[in-house]
Amino acid sequence: MPDPGAKPNDSSLVVAVRAGDEHAMAELYDRYSAIVYSVALRVLGDTGGAEDILQEVFMQLWRNPGLFDSSRGNLAPWLAVIARNRAIDALRKRRPETDIEDVVVSVETDMAGEADRAMAMGKVRSVLSAMPAAQRSALEMAYFEGLSHSEISAKTGEPLGTIKTRIRTGLLALRKAFAA
Amino acid sequence: MSTHEQFADDLALYALGALPGEECVALERHLGECASCRRELATLRGDTALLALSTGGPRPPLRSRQRLREAIAREPRSRVAPRSRPWWALVPVLAAGVLAVLAALFWTQNSSLRRQVAILNERTLRQQAELQRTREIVSTLTATNAMTVTLVAAKTPPQPQGKVMYMKDRGSLIFLASNIPPVPSQKAYELWLIPMKGAPMAAGMFKPDAHGSAMVLNPPLPAGMEAKAFAVTIEPESGSSTPTMPIVMVGGE
Repeated sequence: MPDPGAKPNDSSLVVAVRAGDEHAMAELYDRYSAIVYSVALRVLGDTGGAEDILQEVFMQLWRNPGLFDSSRGNLAPWLAVIARNRAIDALRKRRPETDIEDVVVSVETDMAGEADRAMAMGKVRSVLSAMPAAQRSALEMAYFEGLSHSEISAKTGEPLGTIKTRIRTGLLALRKAFAA
Repeated sequence: MSTHEQFADDLALYALGALPGEECVALERHLGECASCRRELATLRGDTALLALSTGGPRPPLRSRQRLREAIAREPRSRVAPRSRPWWALVPVLAAGVLAVLAALFWTQNSSLRRQVAILNERTLRQQAELQRTREIVSTLTATNAMTVTLVAAKTPPQPQGKVMYMKDRGSLIFLASNIPPVPSQKAYELWLIPMKGAPMAAGMFKPDAHGSAMVLNPPLPAGMEAKAFAVTIEPESGSSTPTMPIVMVGGE
């Protein structure tokens, strides 16, 4: 028997948003605004810009909830990827380069609950802190600064191949931690 | 690993948007053809999303929530743009529409054909019944073992009589005779069609049987010949081109 006190999952909230339910939209905002805002703030280093990204990402979801396909991934990582990409675009003062429809994010980690998010956050920080500094730095430059591998190579003086490998193995280390 | 090894590093960079120029173009071309690399890209994006969690902490100011609510309130739901789809996404819909139209067309044609078949069947049955009835009549008329009785006034000797059924349009003729006296040897009766204009036309030879009955069925006559009367004469067995007097039987409309 379903728990009457249980919160609706992301998919049912997105369905409600499609029907124009503002309360469902508010629920999704309360769940994921911190992820969207914090990643935008980390990229831009500016609260006003981060708020603009936050507004833009959630208005996109409100206008086109169909852009998110629940069969292709969870909402939280999808929002995080969209927010990060938009923030990088804003940082580089360029037009959005990635079509939201093309973004498919596959991650099984449940982030719908606050406790789930806190646990995932601790795990990510733990993995990053366990990485060699050069690898963590390469990952962060690519992710939060939007630098290409050649730009990172130029900045660090490391060979291109090394940067590529560090970034990939860093991402795989994160994946492995959540697969365990 | 399911992805292609040579693209593994590039895929990770691509997921981060960190793969520039020609390498990016080459990888996108490969992604268009390789499902396993597309799956790996989706998983790598999920990995990058985990990186976003490392920033967790600062929450947006309350005014952001209010700002979003106001923006949503200003934007009527009816103005919400539908998800744009590429033209080819409509192909199944269009195909279904075309199929529905064709199905309706075929259904209509099928119904029309069924009606026509039903009409033809009914007509065939009617004609078969008519044919059967005609066969029975002809069979009775032509049967050698059929009992033929002519009723006349009591104490009156039976008189020779003949009956002609003639269809001018088809040139079809049936002649039935009864109480016909025998003819001398090498002689026979000859039936004549006497037209409205012109000379009498031979319409068949006959000899009575032992009971005095005789019959002529469909002698060679041209179609459309208007008959004024019919007559019977006695002629040589080989027939004559003109009637030989006297006329032994005659009748007209």
